[in-house]
Amino acid sequence: MAINYLYPDYEVIRNQQRCINCRVCERQCANEVHRYDEELKMMVSDESKCVNCHRCVALCPTRALKIVKTDNTFKENANWTGEAITDVYRQAGTGGVLLASMGTPKNYPVYWDRMLINASQVTNPSIDPLREPMETTTFLGQKSAKIRRNPDGSINTKTTPQLKLSVPVMFSAMSYGSISYNAHKSLALAAQKLGIFYNTGEGGLHEDFYQYGPNTIVQVASGRFGVHPGYLKAGAAIEIKMGQGAKPGIGGHLPGAKIVGDVSKTRMIPQGTDAISPAPHHDIYSIEDLRQLVFMLKEATNYEKPVIVKIAAVHNVSAIASGVARSGADIIAIDGFRGGTGAAPARTRDNVGIPIELALACVDRRLREEGIRNNVSIVIGGSIRNSADIVKAIALGADAVYVATSALIALGCHLCRTCHLGKCNWGIATQRPDLVKRLNPEVGSERLVNLINAWNHEIKEMMGGMGINSIEALRGNRLMLRGIGLTEKELQILGILHAGE
Amino acid sequence: MKRVYVNEQWCLGCHLCEYFCAFANSGQSDMARALKDAVICPRIKVEEHDGISFAVNCRHCTEPLCVKSCIAGALSVKDGLIVIDQDKCVGCFSCIMSCPFGALMPSDTGVMQKCELCTSNSAGKPACVQGCPNRAIVFEER
Repeated sequence: MAINYLYPDYEVIRNQQRCINCRVCERQCANEVHRYDEELKMMVSDESKCVNCHRCVALCPTRALKIVKTDNTFKENANWTGEAITDVYRQAGTGGVLLASMGTPKNYPVYWDRMLINASQVTNPSIDPLREPMETTTFLGQKSAKIRRNPDGSINTKTTPQLKLSVPVMFSAMSYGSISYNAHKSLALAAQKLGIFYNTGEGGLHEDFYQYGPNTIVQVASGRFGVHPGYLKAGAAIEIKMGQGAKPGIGGHLPGAKIVGDVSKTRMIPQGTDAISPAPHHDIYSIEDLRQLVFMLKEATNYEKPVIVKIAAVHNVSAIASGVARSGADIIAIDGFRGGTGAAPARTRDNVGIPIELALACVDRRLREEGIRNNVSIVIGGSIRNSADIVKAIALGADAVYVATSALIALGCHLCRTCHLGKCNWGIATQRPDLVKRLNPEVGSERLVNLINAWNHEIKEMMGGMGINSIEALRGNRLMLRGIGLTEKELQILGILHAGE
Repeated sequence: MKRVYVNEQWCLGCHLCEYFCAFANSGQSDMARALKDAVICPRIKVEEHDGISFAVNCRHCTEPLCVKSCIAGALSVKDGLIVIDQDKCVGCFSCIMSCPFGALMPSDTGVMQKCELCTSNSAGKPACVQGCPNRAIVFEER
């Protein structure tokens, strides 16, 4: 190609005074940005290959490297931004759909940041979580609205199957194939240590991970990869994936290049074939059809495991959730449009769906109004970034949250958003053995355990500040939230007052 | 005794251990200054072949052949640790010939050098272990 329309996004800045030519940057970059010039006796870089993943920056022992955004600029234009122009160049060059990874980077409102949490003063004492008991254990599943008694008058404590979480956080679905064996193992080990759950995603469960079954949620998605009776029985719960926040309305496509070895075996499809998850489940075109699948799965597992139905947050999410709550599902998982993905068409990711905060508020209200809130637990995901987001989500009505991007960041992900290239330098979103080994699950699981434990401390601190000593008492407690800089309509949808009211 | 153990499953062949070793034994406080334009002579070496890599340094054997072979009495065992007195070493290479792991090597002054688990420099704990990004080298009791 004679004309290169695409100028590199980043520049690699090397402080030659600090560079000791140890070549760790060269050895660690799967994109082959760095190389040693024998004649010049110095390291040189080709920034056009750089994805800004910071592997070299983080491993450089003398901090000689930094990556900066290029200041090469197009003529200023508020409408035709540099990004809009280069997207056209890119598509004019390839004729293809633009692919992207992880959650949308677009500047949509983050409602978590426009809500403030209450605290006790004088009349309602706050609680010190270091001195007094504070309960973060959460049960997910259908709840009985009233107390049932046995013929002898004692309370009937038999419930439908429940998931018991030590913290109201779970690792959400990421398939083996989209992420590496070591990333999966890190999640599994951490879930086991923490007393929470991780989710297999739609790629089946590697035989090595059956031992973590009691902390595993097994997923059944439209491609039905790796689904067999042993798989369903292995997990603590079964999740039916109807949609994903990052790409509502479309399916998935794992390129044949990633279907190698154990991934092919685990997914139960031939090596090298593309793993295509259809957009819909071809046997589900109504809530009644969904109900059939829910009960098929319950039947297959002897009614011992709760069934989760995961949907993407879309415009009619409350009506859809109402249907799901009547389908026999035990838990609804709602995934907001800022949620992550290993690969999605960029236009879909950046333009389809609604924010999870609004979806959660309207679903919780709708289910309460219809008197079916106890039929299901609500788990939400789609960019939960910290413990304050969790506290706000629970106050808006969630029973627990799903985190995936945060978990990957804990494992080293730098959100370079090039998972779809399969060359993850951090050993997460790749199947290349030399890259996969960069993530030692012993280290990874420790970091995940640290993160969730830290969040648990913070959740307790914030609950204590509000004078609340259990997640139960915080759930749906919207009086604990106030909006800041929100319109009347937004406050109405969120069901909260404005700060000062 | 705590020793340095390697786990080739997690070794990335990044060679950082070699540079942290060279820095720890340089006696300097700034890594860039210590190693800029230097040809390093570390006491740990990454062996690589065919996609497999691992770092090798002194195993601190309970029956060390190097100590037995030393003609100058420069090598000795001190609380399980094999140490070298570089003033006594005559540079005969007998220890290099006898070590089954290739863990001794000539220093830039011509006499031998070996890993002493960072007990004789300012690092305190083995610098290679502290600098390993993937816990491929560990310092533990086994």
